[in-house]
Amino acid sequence: MKFKAMTAVAALLVAAPMLGMADEEAELVVNGEIEMVTKTDAPAHLEGALPEIMSGWRFRSDETQQTQMDDFDNPGMIFVDQAQAVWDTAEGSEGKSCASCHNDVEAMEGVRAVYPKWNEEAGEVRTLAMQINDCRETQMGAEPWKYDGSDMTAMEALISVQSRGMPVNVAIDGPAQSVWEQGKEMYYTRYGQLELSCANCHEDNYGNMIRADHLSQGQINGFPVYRLKNTKLNSSHARFKGCIRDTRAETFSPGSPEFVALELYVASRGNGLSVEAPSVRN
Amino acid sequence: MAEGVTPRVKVPKKAEAGEVITIKTLISHPMESGQRKDGDGNVIPRSIINRFTAEFNGESVIDVKMEPAMSTNPYFEFDATVPEAGDFKFTWYDDDGSVYEEVKSITVG
Amino acid sequence: MNFSRRETFGLGLGAVALTMLPVGASAATVDELIAEFTGGADMADTGVTLTAPEIAENGNTVPISVEAPGASAIMVLATGNPTPPVGTFNFGPLAGSRSASTRIRLATTQDVVAIAKLEDGTFARTSAEIKVTIGGCGG
Repeated sequence: MKFKAMTAVAALLVAAPMLGMADEEAELVVNGEIEMVTKTDAPAHLEGALPEIMSGWRFRSDETQQTQMDDFDNPGMIFVDQAQAVWDTAEGSEGKSCASCHNDVEAMEGVRAVYPKWNEEAGEVRTLAMQINDCRETQMGAEPWKYDGSDMTAMEALISVQSRGMPVNVAIDGPAQSVWEQGKEMYYTRYGQLELSCANCHEDNYGNMIRADHLSQGQINGFPVYRLKNTKLNSSHARFKGCIRDTRAETFSPGSPEFVALELYVASRGNGLSVEAPSVRN
Repeated sequence: MAEGVTPRVKVPKKAEAGEVITIKTLISHPMESGQRKDGDGNVIPRSIINRFTAEFNGESVIDVKMEPAMSTNPYFEFDATVPEAGDFKFTWYDDDGSVYEEVKSITVG
Repeated sequence: MNFSRRETFGLGLGAVALTMLPVGASAATVDELIAEFTGGADMADTGVTLTAPEIAENGNTVPISVEAPGASAIMVLATGNPTPPVGTFNFGPLAGSRSASTRIRLATTQDVVAIAKLEDGTFARTSAEIKVTIGGCGG
């Protein structure tokens, strides 16, 4: 147990043995062939903070874990199929589809693993969703999608599938460093009436129970994730929003510069874990 | 017709004659239960897939009566005997009268 | 903010109590549904298996499997749901086994019942308690 002082967190935590779930030693192999790294040494920048990093998959019950092990059990794959059709469909004033420029979606191999990343031309750190919308507006002459809407999460999932099993490897130095620092600052800032930072739950108390939930490290290598709760794909920004709301704070918006910075930082905490999307969580 | 309904079916491409194979099916559907209310307090009407069937060369494998307690994006796993080469036909029946079909061929030998 | 051990425990109990509120509200309907399916026949205690998690990670999507060798049909009921019927699996001539898996919604902690109609005209019944918890941030 990594209990610190009796803070607001302690009030929410119930002793762990209440639910006999989650096999933290299980290994994730998808379709009997894609071997996922769900536990590995923490990246250098986390020295002193976390000894090792673990995918949220390790914190779920056996039944939920199994749902991600076969693409015909994983309901998230329905939306990957739908996005595949969208990939090939021309839209907007330019009469282009994603395929018009990128050909087969398999050309997207490796992309998910390095996002968010610095875009030199635009002079900003871009998330995958921002890049997708930039393509839609600039290349296709189409309307941008809602940042965390179902069209966007499905397309992110399709692109992510091309990188499944590859290690997350976002760059945190060079021009992205200041944004990364901003995200780190946010991660350790206490928000809301409950005065909770990301770290209070996901660094200090992962593995413990928060009510009936098994707290994970809050890794985002599996996003977008299909949640059993709302039975759809969810973006990392929607999850960030939910977390900050749960601290009883005014939250930031999906796609806001704050959440872009936080996504870069949280993604970097998972450098070395496999791209899992679409993962399945509760 | 509910929007964007997509079936997803896993059937092996071939089998031995008489072999028992496992089939998995998923379909995107909200399965609105009729128990929920909208923001104004009005009940959202029930809208579900109420029946799923699997047939092989016209003969029944499984026929499921589905109720609102089935989860969103309904999933089934079941076994089928494959007596000969042919087609599996999967059919989902929506409350609104829509019918969604998927066919998968299997070879024997 | 400081919480005593007792206060912390009390908060936990509140969460547990919430999960146990609407139990057995529709028991009569369950009996009627069973009578309709069996025609009032006796049901054996063995012959049908229901596999389900003891604790569901989320009540919205609970994986279950039913199996009954020699069954022509298996009916599943969620006794604690506002409407108990879940589904009925009718096995055809080309069924490779008399078993099926699916995912169901459970409104609360409750008994899920599976009743098999066997080809010899008899019936078998089993049930399993599935605990449905209120999640933390995830639920």
